[in-house]
Amino acid sequence: MDLDVSWRQVHALLGENGAGKSTLMNVVYGLLRPDAGEISFDGQRVEIRSPLDAIRLGIGMVHQHFMLIPPLTVAENIVLGHEIANRGVIDLAGASSRVHELSQRFGLDVNPRERIADLSVGTQQRVEILKALYRGARLLILDEPTAVLTPQEIDGLFAIVRALVAEGNAVIFITHKLAEVAQIADVITVMRRGQVVATTTPKESSSADLARMMVGRPVLLRVEKKPAEPGARSLAVEDLVVLDDRRHVAVDKVNLEVRAGEIVGIAGVEGNGQNELVEAIMGLRPMKGGRVLLEGHEIGRATTRSRLHRGLGLIPPDRHRMGVVLELSVADNLVLDDYDRPPFARWLVRQFSAITEYAERLIKTFDIRVQNPEQPVSSLSGGNQQKLVVARQLGTLPKVLIASQPTRGVDVGSIEFIHRQIVSERDRGLAVLLVSSELDEVLSLADRVAVIYRGHIVAVIDAKDADRERVGLLMAGAA
Amino acid sequence: MAAAWRGRVVTTVLVPLVSVVCGFLVGAIAIVAAGADPLVAYGALFAGAFTNHNALAETLVSTTPYLGLGLAVALGFRAGLFNIGAEGQFYIGSLAGTFVAYSIHGLPPVLEVPLGLIAGMAGGALWASIAGGLKARFGAHEVITTIMLNYVSFLVASYLVDTKGLMLAPDVSTPRTPDVDPSAVLPVILAGSRLHVGFILALLAVPVVWFLIERTTIGFRLRAVGFSQGAARAAGISVGRTIVLTMALSGALAGFAGIVEVLGVNYHMTDTVAAGYGFDAIAVALLARSNPWGVLPAAFLFGALHNGAGFMQLETQISSDLISIVQASVIIFVAAPVIVGWLFRLRRAPAETVHITQREVDAPVT
Repeated sequence: MDLDVSWRQVHALLGENGAGKSTLMNVVYGLLRPDAGEISFDGQRVEIRSPLDAIRLGIGMVHQHFMLIPPLTVAENIVLGHEIANRGVIDLAGASSRVHELSQRFGLDVNPRERIADLSVGTQQRVEILKALYRGARLLILDEPTAVLTPQEIDGLFAIVRALVAEGNAVIFITHKLAEVAQIADVITVMRRGQVVATTTPKESSSADLARMMVGRPVLLRVEKKPAEPGARSLAVEDLVVLDDRRHVAVDKVNLEVRAGEIVGIAGVEGNGQNELVEAIMGLRPMKGGRVLLEGHEIGRATTRSRLHRGLGLIPPDRHRMGVVLELSVADNLVLDDYDRPPFARWLVRQFSAITEYAERLIKTFDIRVQNPEQPVSSLSGGNQQKLVVARQLGTLPKVLIASQPTRGVDVGSIEFIHRQIVSERDRGLAVLLVSSELDEVLSLADRVAVIYRGHIVAVIDAKDADRERVGLLMAGAA
Repeated sequence: MAAAWRGRVVTTVLVPLVSVVCGFLVGAIAIVAAGADPLVAYGALFAGAFTNHNALAETLVSTTPYLGLGLAVALGFRAGLFNIGAEGQFYIGSLAGTFVAYSIHGLPPVLEVPLGLIAGMAGGALWASIAGGLKARFGAHEVITTIMLNYVSFLVASYLVDTKGLMLAPDVSTPRTPDVDPSAVLPVILAGSRLHVGFILALLAVPVVWFLIERTTIGFRLRAVGFSQGAARAAGISVGRTIVLTMALSGALAGFAGIVEVLGVNYHMTDTVAAGYGFDAIAVALLARSNPWGVLPAAFLFGALHNGAGFMQLETQISSDLISIVQASVIIFVAAPVIVGWLFRLRRAPAETVHITQREVDAPVT
């Protein structure tokens, strides 16, 4: 594949998860070595063997997960590895003023003396950008930079990106979000399965065109659904208080209810208590106060196991850590919740014919692409792994589904499929609590939108009144 | 499919086999360095292990504890637990079983033997559950706790065996327990040798443990926890209870090995019964790649080395300690990837924590 990036341009690299965007950029940044082909920088053929080589050339990269040390200050983090020392003593004052100057020039608005731990995610990202600039980056690679930002923070990031290219730098912007591409990119390269399928501009190609190029077939961009017909109260959360791992209050007196046949979406920037809320509802994290009611019965003290058996289902936010056991087979994973109950086990002995039969049925119903039910889950694509998780949860016919980041890291085709499944289960009377950091997902799926900010539900809005702007402001705490 | 099958053959059969060969090569270098002829030495080792009078029977006698202990460690591995305490569980199991076996009198062997065995397994299980409980409740790493509990068990054993009025036999010159009741003894199955029924029992334990791991819900739970505690928890599996249960099962197997050794070979306990069997067992389990069927040849190899080493020393004046070098190199070769994997996991665990903390730091806190 070929890719040409020019100075003074924002070059968007658009593609689904697994299309090879990050792999390509890791090659450019020296984290991976190419098997064949060459890289030229500023007209010179270069060999980039390590990130150090890349930095020396003037290539900087901001990863999806920040590489910052929380207890250290901004300045300390930025000079780390490139300390200017005066007889063995770090010249932090000099570094600070340099950081301050860079920050002013590009409108980054970062105070070099603040501790990383005290900064918002958006600011931490700006620190990452500063770090790259401090090391002399002229080509900046941003890997999915908007995933953790509020809509307003995204606007701020875009302004910074424009200021950078205005000074003659270049930015490679990796993303799978179509809307952003239209907003920020000068040139767009679309990747699919490791190949460049098109190089175009926002003027030439509409979002629908780009989606088609990305997936390889026409895509339904909006979720089609009928108006909800909410029934009885299925799940209720009353005055729930939950602590995070550091024993700080993460969920603060939250009240929430989900009725049968409706999808309640929780919108919020990641890390505002969503995970703690979900874990407390599932019994994976102790509650500090309040009640959780399933169809009117208090389940706050029940084990996770008994909650699952009483009709609660969970699509966990982190597939690899909580959703599947990669080393076990597809069939084993499909019965992970019910492995010891009939017909999958009699006494203590597992009944493999029943397990296989059930697995084959779910594989068919949920269109999980596998060769056979005995292959390990690790050999499946992300989309198929996630479909497996969805199949396991919906296969037990739950009354309430907690869907946390149900389509994270999943290809567009699987996203469509999972959304359709959730909506059709809703129509059959399932109560769904949807938690997603993708605002578009919440807005297109939910019947009611609850906005979470710093552990509080700051507003519950009817989906028809919930527009991006308003929800975005609420997500940022501007109530 | 064919490629996958070949891959499995390579990892489960070829790697251990090559490791064994390499181990012997390294051992040969050591023997040369010690100024002897490796061929002569290995010839004597082989004779001592297989061809001499009763040598094969003696090898099987030594194989017996390795079977039980190897299965014990392998079972732990499958749940992601590194049970270094098999040696201690072997001791405590032996103590409990021996106590029962010399205290009861007048029952027929069909009752006394099982009673002794059950007491031994219960002792091992309880002892191992301490480490399991500490891990489940407080997150104490089992590698640390089982090592510590080993020391405790050695001291408990020597205290009990050396103290009058406790387990010390009356009128003996060296401290030991009284002999077990004749009805509790595991009968010899090969006339003129020491090979006893315990060997058959240990052999039977192999398919039993395999069935437990691969075919029962307990085994499934254990494997799920071993692979991914997060996914197991989210699926409603109690990780803590599974850890305690696994340690108890592992300890029961170690205790079984211990009491079988007493009822089949020694008939009483001194304070040095185990003689390092429990530590060799870690090597057996590694060589077996934690597969119960793999424990069979691995235990046999270690039984043969153990048994042949003595004869080799007698015959060639080469210290039997050289065999430890062979054993150690075999393990280094077979376990290098596994051991590296373990260290990696130990180190990755905190790394993951850092990752989580990072995410929390991201979380604005009121």
